[in-house]
Amino acid sequence: MPMKYAYYPGCSLHSTGSEYDVSFRAVCQKAGIDIEEVKGWVCCGTSPAHCSSKLLSLALPYENLCLAEKMGAADVVAPCAACFARLRTAIYEANEDPQLAKQISEALERPLPKSMNVLSPLQIFRDKEGLADAVTRELPGLRVVCYYGCLLTRPAKVMQFDECEYPMAMDELLRSMGITTLNWSYKTDCCGGALAMTRTDVVLKLTHDILEEAKAVGANAIAVACPLCHVNLDTRQEEVEQEYCVKYGLPIFYFTQLMALALGVPSDKLGLQKHFVGTDELLSAVCEG
Amino acid sequence: MESVQTITSGSKLAEAVMTESGQNVNVCFQCGKCAAGCPISYAMDYKPAQLIHAIRLGMDDLVFKSTTMWLCASCETCTTRCPQELDVAKVMDVVKITAVRQGIKPTISQVAAFYRAALANIKKCGRMYEMGMIVGLKMRTFEFFKDAKLGMKMFKKGKLKLLPSFTGAMRMWKIFNRVKKIENRNLNT
Repeated sequence: MPMKYAYYPGCSLHSTGSEYDVSFRAVCQKAGIDIEEVKGWVCCGTSPAHCSSKLLSLALPYENLCLAEKMGAADVVAPCAACFARLRTAIYEANEDPQLAKQISEALERPLPKSMNVLSPLQIFRDKEGLADAVTRELPGLRVVCYYGCLLTRPAKVMQFDECEYPMAMDELLRSMGITTLNWSYKTDCCGGALAMTRTDVVLKLTHDILEEAKAVGANAIAVACPLCHVNLDTRQEEVEQEYCVKYGLPIFYFTQLMALALGVPSDKLGLQKHFVGTDELLSAVCEG
Repeated sequence: MESVQTITSGSKLAEAVMTESGQNVNVCFQCGKCAAGCPISYAMDYKPAQLIHAIRLGMDDLVFKSTTMWLCASCETCTTRCPQELDVAKVMDVVKITAVRQGIKPTISQVAAFYRAALANIKKCGRMYEMGMIVGLKMRTFEFFKDAKLGMKMFKKGKLKLLPSFTGAMRMWKIFNRVKKIENRNLNT
């Protein structure tokens, strides 16, 4: 029987990051990975919750884990790095502190699931055999830097995802599909996600640093695994260009969009038209087959 | 880690941080790694290491009036790199929560307004309804024209939903209320 994953999209994948949802589903379909969306899922609370109430920030993820358990799933896949971090943190904290676990259970008025595992799609695709053999489209001209952001790897004891300062999971996955990825030093530097709507000046500076370094190492695209990173790098790229009098025009892809392209999914099925920085020019220059 | 819990500095604020988060700021030996790695320390009035030190010394006034915790983006670089395994980002959260509880005016009011707008939104809608949240934020900050052009373009690109889903809204409302009740009980015991 094929392994089935409960899919927790989170709010962003239903709105600002819908391209991530579409392309994640497309890759799962091509790879024969069975996913089912968690029924009745609610927001994980993200940073406003953990900055305001510890108990709330743990109860909301657990509400979703309870729903996933009800579907009979033991593995939950959360593509949004922020959701991924909040779900994993909730499990970690509840395991560390039984008293806290009791309060979470009281807040939800139900027992907490015993053994739930939360995964990033990067982990699922890495463990999927035969994915590289399914590649039908070569993208030889792409020179991608993989931007992991903060929340996939930090803090290491909670996330237990790759090497926390210099992860390679996304690089290895894309390389296995014939896409060139470059070494660079801004893989896990913060883009200021939580301050996007309030202290945009900070976000523009941090995003500028990231785009500048990507350009400096010769990248012609950035791959991300977080809808908040995508908003800052793609949606606000023009603003950064104006603020710093530079021109990048660097397309920002979700890594699942690049995988789907390599697996032969038509480019008009991946939400690329929703990006602010156009991808057509680059893709028509690098695509073969 | 029981041995480190015995290190104290007599600071009430440090004790409060310990009770709320299990983090003992007194283990800090001021190596400055958190300040060096923090991507936002350039914009803060006190670097994370300085704030931790001020908590140790019981300088409540300085701590609550600083911009440090309100500018923290929770990127967890400090937490990851601390040689004493102090969860600095968690301390930032607790300082914010304590300040709000004591009725102290947030030094970066937009950030506090964003938290309130976002939580009010998910309590009501179950899932984040971005358009509603943006309106809620603007009502609190009076920055009516900030990002208006960007928001318009996002809407045209189909990145913002027109209507909320209200999935789980009722459950969400109940969870928020129960959490409040438990927290009030914890504070009174």
